[in-house]
Amino acid sequence: MSERPIRVLIAKPGLDGHDRGAKVIARALRDAGMEVIYTGLRQTPEMVVETALQEDVDVIGLSILSGAHMTLVPRIVELLAEARLKEPLVLVGGIIPEEDIPRLMEQGVDGVFGPGASTDEVVKFIRKRVDTQGAL
Amino acid sequence: MKETLERALAGERRAMARLMSLLENDGSRIREIMAHIYRHTGRAHVIGVTGAPGSGKSTLVARLAATYRERDMTVGIVAVDPSSPFSGGAVLGDRIRMGNLSGDPGVFVRSMANRGTPGGLAQATGNVVRLLDACGYQRVIIETVGAGQGEVEIARTAHTVVVLQVPGMGDAIQTLKAGILEIADILVVNKADLEGSERLRTRLQAMLSLAGKKGGKDEPSWEPPVIEMVATEDRGTKVLVDNIENHADHLRKSGTLEKLERNWVEKEIRTILLQDVISKYLTKGDTEHYATLIERVVRREVDPYTAAQELLKRIKEIG
Repeated sequence: MSERPIRVLIAKPGLDGHDRGAKVIARALRDAGMEVIYTGLRQTPEMVVETALQEDVDVIGLSILSGAHMTLVPRIVELLAEARLKEPLVLVGGIIPEEDIPRLMEQGVDGVFGPGASTDEVVKFIRKRVDTQGAL
Repeated sequence: MKETLERALAGERRAMARLMSLLENDGSRIREIMAHIYRHTGRAHVIGVTGAPGSGKSTLVARLAATYRERDMTVGIVAVDPSSPFSGGAVLGDRIRMGNLSGDPGVFVRSMANRGTPGGLAQATGNVVRLLDACGYQRVIIETVGAGQGEVEIARTAHTVVVLQVPGMGDAIQTLKAGILEIADILVVNKADLEGSERLRTRLQAMLSLAGKKGGKDEPSWEPPVIEMVATEDRGTKVLVDNIENHADHLRKSGTLEKLERNWVEKEIRTILLQDVISKYLTKGDTEHYATLIERVVRREVDPYTAAQELLKRIKEIG
């Protein structure tokens, strides 16, 4: 099988209404040749996971600025496990205090990218971690 | 694979999603999937929604789906957006307008990038629609890429084609042109609260009256209705659904449905055959002979038509 495009879900769970960061990253991943599903604002954890399931994505990027990441992210990871998805990569972006990062990683998050991260870093991280050659 | 197929046909959404990825990415699996599911297809009514970028397709599709759910019908949605001609990537944003449908087990939404396929659909769209059909979704709605004048591939995939128009996009000559308006079974003037919608509706109706009736001489005809809608406010959705269902009835009762499908099948078999021949004899088979032939055409020793003749002879020899 030849190489296929990486499919990414960019979601904004929770109640903050600011999605510039999410749009910037969606655009950057598009320019890196990925297929990016963008769902818009105010998604519940259930919505995020159902979308990931229907769209069969390799990566879930969660953008959270509201400070509710310690509630939202564990809930999403839990629902992903319940749905028995084929372990998509889970990335978190937004305003995440340094001390929360280890706890998020423990919960099953694969990477956290704060405001200082470059879009290049994110692209490289995804490319390294997603296998596009193997069996689906 | 067989197990995934069985689980999908039994209604497991995770299995359906996996199969859709295979249909999109893995040419070698398509045959196996189709061989398994094809006999379960042919039950869904397939609705195509097309129109210019920003004409309100996603919003309208979401409203349609919600209305069908109120009528206790399950709905599959395939939403196509364009891939970048430069990076091959895509932003698939049609779900933004479909948030309300999330969590309803009677709805399945799949976004697709067209991956450079011309015509408004992706190459795998037709097969993904079939999968949704086989898995029991009663209405399947396809949202095309934002279409200009010539993106008419939807007419070869959907039973009922809904074409959206919005006010303020050009004069009466636009309604005379060939292409997208010709394929409409139903015309929608969306954003009908905007200035100019009345004029647009009159023009579309004038165009239709000039066009005469769709269908052959001896079959009952279908005259495309023009429906005014404000999809964002859910105005006109029920009228649209009623008209789609009328069209579905018309197709069945007039025998047009059978003709339409026979026509599609014939074209599809040809396309597959052509791909098979190309893959067997040109890209995988005797590549050297083929490469030499191309060289000779480039050097102007033979013309392309003669070269094709020669290839045909060769194919007959090899068998």
